[in-house]
Amino acid sequence: MILHGIGASEGIGIGKAVCVREQNLDYSAVSYGGKEVEKDRLQAAIQQFNERTSAMAEHIRAQVGQKESEILTGQIAMLGDPFMQSQMTEIIEGGQCAEAAVDQVCTMYAEMFAGVDDELMRQRATDVRDIRGRLLAILLKVEGVDVSELPAGSVLVAHDLTPSMTVGLKKENVAAILTETGGRTSHSAILARALELPAVLSVPKALELVKDGDGVIVDGGEGVALLNPDQLTRGEYLKKQEEYQKKRALLAVYRDRETVDADGKRYGLYANIGSPAEAEAAAAAGAEGVGLFRTEFLFMDRTSVPSETEQMEAYQAVSRTMAGKEVIIRTLDVGGDKAIDYLGMEQEENPFLGHRAIRYCLDRPELYKVQLRALLRAGAELRNIKIMLPLVTSLEEIRGARALLEQCKSELEAEGLPYDKDISLGIMVETPAAALIADLLAQESDFFSIGTNDLTQYVMAVDRGNAKVEKLYTTFHPAVLRSIRNVIQAAKQAGIPVGMCGEAAADPCLIPLLMSWGLDEFSVSASSVLATRARIHHWRSEEAGQVAQEAMSLSTAAGVQGYLKATARD
Amino acid sequence: MVSAKTKVVNPQGMHMRPAQLFVNTMAKYKSDVTIIFGDKTINAKSIMHLMAACIKQGSEIEIQCSGEQEAEALKAAVELVESGLGE
Repeated sequence: MILHGIGASEGIGIGKAVCVREQNLDYSAVSYGGKEVEKDRLQAAIQQFNERTSAMAEHIRAQVGQKESEILTGQIAMLGDPFMQSQMTEIIEGGQCAEAAVDQVCTMYAEMFAGVDDELMRQRATDVRDIRGRLLAILLKVEGVDVSELPAGSVLVAHDLTPSMTVGLKKENVAAILTETGGRTSHSAILARALELPAVLSVPKALELVKDGDGVIVDGGEGVALLNPDQLTRGEYLKKQEEYQKKRALLAVYRDRETVDADGKRYGLYANIGSPAEAEAAAAAGAEGVGLFRTEFLFMDRTSVPSETEQMEAYQAVSRTMAGKEVIIRTLDVGGDKAIDYLGMEQEENPFLGHRAIRYCLDRPELYKVQLRALLRAGAELRNIKIMLPLVTSLEEIRGARALLEQCKSELEAEGLPYDKDISLGIMVETPAAALIADLLAQESDFFSIGTNDLTQYVMAVDRGNAKVEKLYTTFHPAVLRSIRNVIQAAKQAGIPVGMCGEAAADPCLIPLLMSWGLDEFSVSASSVLATRARIHHWRSEEAGQVAQEAMSLSTAAGVQGYLKATARD
Repeated sequence: MVSAKTKVVNPQGMHMRPAQLFVNTMAKYKSDVTIIFGDKTINAKSIMHLMAACIKQGSEIEIQCSGEQEAEALKAAVELVESGLGE
């Protein structure tokens, strides 16, 4: 059986399930021992909580890191709130036991935090629930779930991985983690990544489906878990695991290195991300910036346009994670194929050739200005945000966007709000029109980023999703390669930086070409960062130049691909 | 009672660490400390209430102190907020 969830920490774990079920924290049988007795019990429990938590925080600080340990020291600070404690005391004075006081007050605060409109703050609800559970366990003298004694090769299956539970874990005994709740930004996810344990979260009913001792394979990269796999599958995954570990070990040496070719020439190596949470993963993976932040996620799964503040906070979060590094944010890229109901987009016959991306945004200035204002404001603090326009085909589009941007700046100036007045405005080059007039666009654009996925599709006039023509979709076609070369050369002549944020940027076959043409920045998925750095490292510029020259003298896609595959260094 | 208006300047706003610092500092004074933020009245000696108010960078707040040591408490509170709450 295959269980699907959210891949929160990469890697493959193979082992036996150990299910951690909720403790029985029912206190209905506890009788009231009187005001003073209950108050003393509460204070003793709080003291024990603090002692245990400090010890855990110290342990995690030494084993994992300062930032992760602050989750726990924060819990001590929260429970130390004199107001919260006096609320508990009041309940006790009203004639209820210490357990009831803890339960009611913590539940009230958990609900309060769960309802605020700030994602980071909402996570405090998890902390309060963790405090509640552990205080009740201390009061009821229920043995805590002891995950420190797990046998080697355990796959930990739990409803939620609480911070305190994570602390006791002996990393060497845990093969992987599987939970019923939690997303990529949850405590569990952050800790799992810090511990480098494969983790799949938010698997519905995991505790019902998995029994103690079941064989489980967790693939954190894919976000799936296999329950009681057969020998064949197990063998495949063992191999996959070995490959993953080998690759990781080989690439680990590149983590803190500069991105340079064999001659020492520097290149920028950025990551493509789709949410603020992915920015953390990108930074941890050694990315030197964000080359493409897709903003669509902010607009999906909701019923109205996200507010300026909400957008600003998301952009700011990425800007802070990448402090001192560039963050290129692409403005809303939607169209008939990625319909968002409340935007009122119509079904179109040819959505890829239709009213989408910059075309749509320029026709909806009231909506577009909210995003531009949010970007300008988010850039005020660290000044590392750059704005990128999708699907540009003409100078008028750049001018239209720039005019709106200037309008937004004057408004912000008048309102006295801080913004980045020197923010860069660049374009994504992903249409044949833009590639052919790259020299003209470069005059009015602060930077280029080549989007090879769409560029290939439009140059080749091929729908990637159509199996009958799929094989015509190839970046190795001389028409696509000439387009890319033309764009890079135009940027060089105009003296503006040029990057690439499509899948081609990580392709070992294409890297020598891009290097020799003078691409400044490669932007790839977080998981490809180290591999790409290694690939760039393998080439001297002279050799890359020879390969590029030879490849461009070939006249068919198959010829080019065959040649580049033979010369690729990976 | 004494009060003063000020603006939160640190990037994180009243998140865990800055809120902790604020509450710990205020605990040294005997006076009550209240923050008025929009239509919310917050007990500023309670880290839970302070965090749940989601006070962000750029927010205008009013700090009110009343009772023994109110003047000293207010001075310390305003200085702390304006200095960026340790960030």
